[in-house]
Amino acid sequence: MYRANILVCCGAECTANNAIQVYNTFEEQIKAYKLEKDVKVLKTSECLELCGNNEGVVVIVYPEGAYYVGVKPEDAKEIVSQHIIKGKIVKRLLKKEKEEAEVKSIEETNFFKKQKRVALKNSGLIDPENIDEYIARDGYQALGKVLTEMKPQDVIDLIKESGLRGRGGGGFPTGLKWEFAKKSQSDKKYVCCNADEGDPGAFMDRSVLEGDPHVLLEAMTIAAYSIGSDQGYIYVRAEYPVAVKRLNIAIEQSRKYGLLGKNILNTGFNFDIDIRLGAGAFVCGEETALMTSIEGKRGEPRPRPPFPAVKGLFGKPTILNNVETYANIPPIILFGAKWFSSMGTEKSKGTKVFALGGKIKNTGLVEIPMGTTLKDVIYDIGGGIPDGKKFKAAQTGGPSGGCIPASLIDIKIDYDNLVSIGSMMGSGGLIVMDEDNCMVDIAKFFLEFTVDESCGKCTPCRIGNKRMYEILDKITKGKAKMEDLDKLEELALYIKENSLCGLGQTAPNPILSTLRYFKDEYIAHIKEKRCPAGVCKQLLRYTILEDKCIGCTRCARNCPTNAISGEVKKPHFIDQEKCIKCGVCMKECKFQAIERK
Amino acid sequence: MITLKELSEIKERFIENGKKEQKINIVVGLATCGIAAGAKAVYNRLNEEVKARNLKNVDVKIAGCIGMCRLEPLVEVYVPGESKVTYVNVTEDNAAKIVNDHIVNGNIVTEMLVEKD
Repeated sequence: MYRANILVCCGAECTANNAIQVYNTFEEQIKAYKLEKDVKVLKTSECLELCGNNEGVVVIVYPEGAYYVGVKPEDAKEIVSQHIIKGKIVKRLLKKEKEEAEVKSIEETNFFKKQKRVALKNSGLIDPENIDEYIARDGYQALGKVLTEMKPQDVIDLIKESGLRGRGGGGFPTGLKWEFAKKSQSDKKYVCCNADEGDPGAFMDRSVLEGDPHVLLEAMTIAAYSIGSDQGYIYVRAEYPVAVKRLNIAIEQSRKYGLLGKNILNTGFNFDIDIRLGAGAFVCGEETALMTSIEGKRGEPRPRPPFPAVKGLFGKPTILNNVETYANIPPIILFGAKWFSSMGTEKSKGTKVFALGGKIKNTGLVEIPMGTTLKDVIYDIGGGIPDGKKFKAAQTGGPSGGCIPASLIDIKIDYDNLVSIGSMMGSGGLIVMDEDNCMVDIAKFFLEFTVDESCGKCTPCRIGNKRMYEILDKITKGKAKMEDLDKLEELALYIKENSLCGLGQTAPNPILSTLRYFKDEYIAHIKEKRCPAGVCKQLLRYTILEDKCIGCTRCARNCPTNAISGEVKKPHFIDQEKCIKCGVCMKECKFQAIERK
Repeated sequence: MITLKELSEIKERFIENGKKEQKINIVVGLATCGIAAGAKAVYNRLNEEVKARNLKNVDVKIAGCIGMCRLEPLVEVYVPGESKVTYVNVTEDNAAKIVNDHIVNGNIVTEMLVEKD
């Protein structure tokens, strides 16, 4: 077994270019270095057909597979002394193959150019399992600054001044939340992180946890210092195994460096963090339910007040923030409140991460300054709708949010604008829908989710949502009456007002917003028994076009419910009563004689 | 337990070492989205390839998700002194091409780059 092999092409062209002499030079050199046992020089009798130019010989060196062209005897010496002896590939002799590419790195695409990365600044760039890489990118510098140069109140004032609002849902000012917890007197306080990301289509928290877990630990420690806490909990769903693994590694590394634990950075401040796994119940993303779950009880919400800042985990003052909110803290400390508030709109500062999904070309995570228009997000960053379809609506806020219709595509995305049009920021899922999506069906999809996830503690949510779901189901099956629409709206408003927690209070939003912008679709389902987008199966109608049907009987033979009848060589007929709209006939027909409407 | 001063020293040492070693880094996006698209197999293949070719100055590393789920698995190549190159939709089969063409022979594999949008 040789350490390296040098393959010299001795085809006709290379031989004409002194291949034999090059080969001999290699042999001499290898001998001179006494490497005969380690390096083998070979000649090929046939042309390698990889000719580079006409001025020299083709040589390939293994195991690297370095591919040299135009090699002359004096170059052979260099290859041996540099490549073989020192392991350095002789770059000037490598074959240059292609023209320079136009776009080399992903940051040069439009997808990235309009983004502004604050919460995601390290995601995808650093090794999340190596604390030194985080430290090398100014990691834990913010914590150092806080612990050595700032008083707890200074930190809170800075966060308040920055205008940072909670990124997990309602957008409550973060600094204010911390101030309430600081003012609450208690022997024990807690800092919690909500990493129970449950909205269908949202995965930005997972991305931070998996790509930059230390930012969360650093931010929670800063929060703990500002309110006077010594214990933190990260509540993360067990369905995120990679995130949990990396968090555990990060916590262990932080403890080893003394960035968590007793006497952090030799300042006398103590704080530690533990992980609690959630079992995937959506309601546990609600703050009171989440804390009940950390306490080891069944994850159910309780009425507020008292708010967690006064009476939270184990009855002690607690702050609970979402992952993305925390990810903004270290940059604010390092670059200042002015820097942060220079981004965004008047009442929504900074950036927001969105998980783009649905009918959009560039599915993925984007971080944009607040105030970016929906149009920019969908067309410039998202790359538009695939297959030349038309944009119909975007759903933000998942099952708690609502849709933004195409007519409002110029809306500047921020907390207040979204609420004013009946949607909400939520945790940042952004699902794009095109003309093939039925809005009633979308509302039904989200409501099915909330019905499933309702914890059952309060009546409006447990029973009300179920009734709304039944009405929607009737509508999509063409069995509803116009009165049902009024009932639906009344019920929605009632549930919104009377539910115990955020889950129930926001569950009717998808219905209310689709009713607001797409009422005509609801009416088409009810009055015309027709689904304009062609999604609701029960309302589809398969018919046979008499002029195209030749009576081959293929459809009738394949129909699973024997709904098709007719004589051979005569047009056939579908019995709508028996038809289950499976579409088999349409697939089987060779003459495009079956129409779906 | 480290002090604030030692924290800065860790940072400087890390950056210094990077400059001194002048290593080529191949970074594979290994978050859930990447793993689901096959990034683990790509990561393993790149490691095997680097080992088989005895490339001592090359490290294969992991990172989280950069956000372009559609193009996962993503592999980024950092050659000291050159601009970063991103390869998209990398498969177990064409991962070796990155090592052979780009790392060893200095030719960017243009057909595996992201399209201009």
